[in-house]
Amino acid sequence: MSRAQLFERITDQANRPNPYPLYEELRETRVAPQDNGSFLVGRYYDVMALLHDPRISSDLHNRGPGLPGADRAGDGPESFLKLDPPEHDRLRRLTTRQFGPPHSPDRIDSMRGELAELVTNLVDGLDGKGRIDIVDDFAYPFPVSVICRLLGVPHEEEPRFHAWADALVAAIDPRRTSADNEQVKAAQQAQMEMAMFMAGLIEDRRRNPGDDMLSGLANDSGPDGQLNTVELVTNSILLFIAGHETTVNLITNGMLTLLRNPDVLERLRAEPELVPKAVEELLRFEPPVHLLGQRTPIVDIEIDGVTVPKGSPLVLALASANRDPERFVDADRFVPDREDNQHVGLGSGIHSCFGAPLARLEGQMALAELIRRLPNPRLVEDPPPYRPNPVLRGPRHLLVDCG
Amino acid sequence: MGSDVRIVIVGASLAGVRAAEALRGQGFDGSLTLIGDEPYEPYDRPPLSKAVLLGIMPPDHAALPYRSDLDAKWLLGVRATTLDLENNRVVLSDGDAVEFDKVLIATGVRARPWSNSSEAALDGVFTVRTCDDSRRLNERLSAGPRHVLVIGAGFTGSEIASVCRERGLSVTVTERGPAPLVGALGGVVAAVAADMQRDHGVDLRTGVTVTGLDGDSDGRLCRAHLSGGTALDVDVAIVAQGSIRNTDWLAGSGLAAGPRGVTCDAGCRAFDINGIVTDNVFVAGDVARQPHPLYDYQLLALEHWGNAIGQAEVAAHNMIHDGLRRRPHLEIPAFWSSQFGVNIKSVGIPTYSDQVVITQGSVADRRFVAAYGFRGRVTAAVAFNQGKWLDFYRGLIESAAEFPPDFDVMDRADPFEVRPSELPDPAVLSHGPTVAVTGHLPTERRVEFVSLPK
Ligand SMILES: Cc1cc2nc3c(=O)[nH]c(=O)nc-3n(C[C@H](O)[C@H](O)[C@H](O)COP(=O)(O)OP(=O)(O)OC[C@H]3O[C@@H](n4cnc5c(N)ncnc54)[C@H](O)[C@@H]3O)c2cc1C
Repeated sequence: MSRAQLFERITDQANRPNPYPLYEELRETRVAPQDNGSFLVGRYYDVMALLHDPRISSDLHNRGPGLPGADRAGDGPESFLKLDPPEHDRLRRLTTRQFGPPHSPDRIDSMRGELAELVTNLVDGLDGKGRIDIVDDFAYPFPVSVICRLLGVPHEEEPRFHAWADALVAAIDPRRTSADNEQVKAAQQAQMEMAMFMAGLIEDRRRNPGDDMLSGLANDSGPDGQLNTVELVTNSILLFIAGHETTVNLITNGMLTLLRNPDVLERLRAEPELVPKAVEELLRFEPPVHLLGQRTPIVDIEIDGVTVPKGSPLVLALASANRDPERFVDADRFVPDREDNQHVGLGSGIHSCFGAPLARLEGQMALAELIRRLPNPRLVEDPPPYRPNPVLRGPRHLLVDCG
Repeated sequence: MGSDVRIVIVGASLAGVRAAEALRGQGFDGSLTLIGDEPYEPYDRPPLSKAVLLGIMPPDHAALPYRSDLDAKWLLGVRATTLDLENNRVVLSDGDAVEFDKVLIATGVRARPWSNSSEAALDGVFTVRTCDDSRRLNERLSAGPRHVLVIGAGFTGSEIASVCRERGLSVTVTERGPAPLVGALGGVVAAVAADMQRDHGVDLRTGVTVTGLDGDSDGRLCRAHLSGGTALDVDVAIVAQGSIRNTDWLAGSGLAAGPRGVTCDAGCRAFDINGIVTDNVFVAGDVARQPHPLYDYQLLALEHWGNAIGQAEVAAHNMIHDGLRRRPHLEIPAFWSSQFGVNIKSVGIPTYSDQVVITQGSVADRRFVAAYGFRGRVTAAVAFNQGKWLDFYRGLIESAAEFPPDFDVMDRADPFEVRPSELPDPAVLSHGPTVAVTGHLPTERRVEFVSLPK
């Protein structure tokens, strides 16, 4: 098969367990024009440059008519993930005020205690079970609870959020065509229900503010003013989805990698202080987000003699960039204490992962506790079954025998 | 490199410590000595005019972390007084001497003191370069002075003015040039900095110099006299008039060392006074003056944190590698500052320009990128609260891209208007430039910064 079908092959479910050979193929060429009109890029320095290129838009309105994704522009109000400056900057700035420095420097750090408690309780629940599913028993429930607590969603509502998240994430699948009506409808339905719920919650927080992030977003006003309800709903849903599926994959991919590298697992058990670095390496080695498919050049751009015409879908293969041997020594090896690990696992540039500090903390605390407490864990199935989504790539189940 | 080799590093701060780390990191197992005249463990300077002065970071939190297996001999609190290249030794202020096979000069710069020494000695007159300076000034600012005067609106002065406003103190800034930061960023962008200061309640006086400082009978600062005849009642004055390179100790050493720094090649090897490169003397950090191919091989002396680290690493590498394995230091200069809630970042050398254009964002919103050009190519870019785009501009600078840029970008609020970048004659600045482009190669020397005339 030709390079013109690389994207198709990468997104083919059969290649989900190991897309890395395809990424290697992608890196052999710097730009791979695809049959469907999109352009695939997978070398580290190219991806990095494009992430910082002000000629590249994240707004699907810039897609040429008839090209993949063009039909999704204008679906409804967009989160800052899908907007360009200056709107992007304004919304992200408003949201950051409640999330991190300088205005909320302790928001994430102050959750350590709560996070530890959640992790401990979940791992307690695994005690004595011979066989566990890292996904269902741990990696899934954990981030949902965390993001709900961060935002201030009442505990009893969490199950509803699970269901909504499932439906919404299914629709991020880039292979989806407008023909997949069921998925689209389910996603729209979930989006609507969740929006209604969030609007209600925001209304409540306006009247009874707590110290959660949603209260902050609903009531605080800074130099940029305040988020209106539509913006607030859209962006809190983004925070929910983005802060959720990705972390499940970070933890699950993490356990899978450690189980495949028992010597590393042993080492981390002996040197838990190495866990933060190991999580960084995981973000490089098995990043939760494999592809960024939302980019479009607003003018013709040239990469290595290939012209990517204005309006073309540009797919940045982050997971491929992270394994570029031109940038990383021993790129295909998992090195828990790797130095100079400037990966793009969390993106880079203005759209770099908003939730990175939280994701890191969750990954570190979860893996540290699993490593410490799971007695003699063994992988039941390798490779495990994968979720269909090639963008937010991760196992659907990860069965582990203990004891 | 054999384990009998002795390396001595003079200047135990950012460049010195990073070089020591790089030496060990690359397997150097000979003896390593660090000489520093400050009595403290090495620390980082950028917070000294920001978080430390705001009182939100204790000065001792600015400590520089370094690798635990450095295995170096630290001689702290002692000054190097002579570099004796005939006997390859550094003579110290306590009379001792340390022998070396290779030496790294990383003595940085010091704050330019107020020119009148009795006025400089008044209680209430400060400079900010060391952690002691910053600690003392922080105490004074915390005590709630009635009116603060900042003399010189370069980066340090502007940051201090910002801190004062954040602390609710009333502050006057005097600047001999037409606007704050004008020496580093040129008039067009500096005008934005001026608006920013005024919007935040700074009493900014440009085109003004301070002619004298008065003390009361107890030796406390009480008044400042300005050019034009006015006087201000002030109880604190911060002298932020740039810096002096710490090269005095190199007098007579035979090196090309003087007020503009120690000249070295792109591999951080020092030149001797005849312009011949030495084999065993290396230079890094604020004190170094190095040619950069992208800027016509002109000799650049930069006071940038990242530059100190980059040169330290190259110097360390070249100290233990020969010939073809030596590396040049080709990084595009970059620095940042934070003031009045705005994050200012720069890549390239804005002073090396004749034109400027706002390419992204909006000046009115104080979120923009300005690209600088010289003779038809991009030479620098400065971002106000838009720092994440600068990697793109670094690429343009490295590839000598055409100026003015001919591409369209997102978020272009201001009209695309190419204007002169308005760099002033350095003689009209009251602070030293943070960037000095000087030298003799090859063509027209449009931009030349020299030390401030006394
Ligand atoms: C207040 C302040 C804020 C700054 N903010 C920024 C910023 O925001 N961004 C940025 O890019 N850069 C900033 N900088 C610049 C940055 O800190 C410097 O570029 C960096 O410190 C240079 O490191 P260096 O090791 O070359 O020199 P220095 O840090 O000056 O170290 C030189 C050391 O050598 C010692 N020394 C001198 N002479 C002798 C001698 N004869 N014998 C022994 N020891 C000697 C000195 O005492 C000093 O400890 C700032 C600097 C200051 C002072």
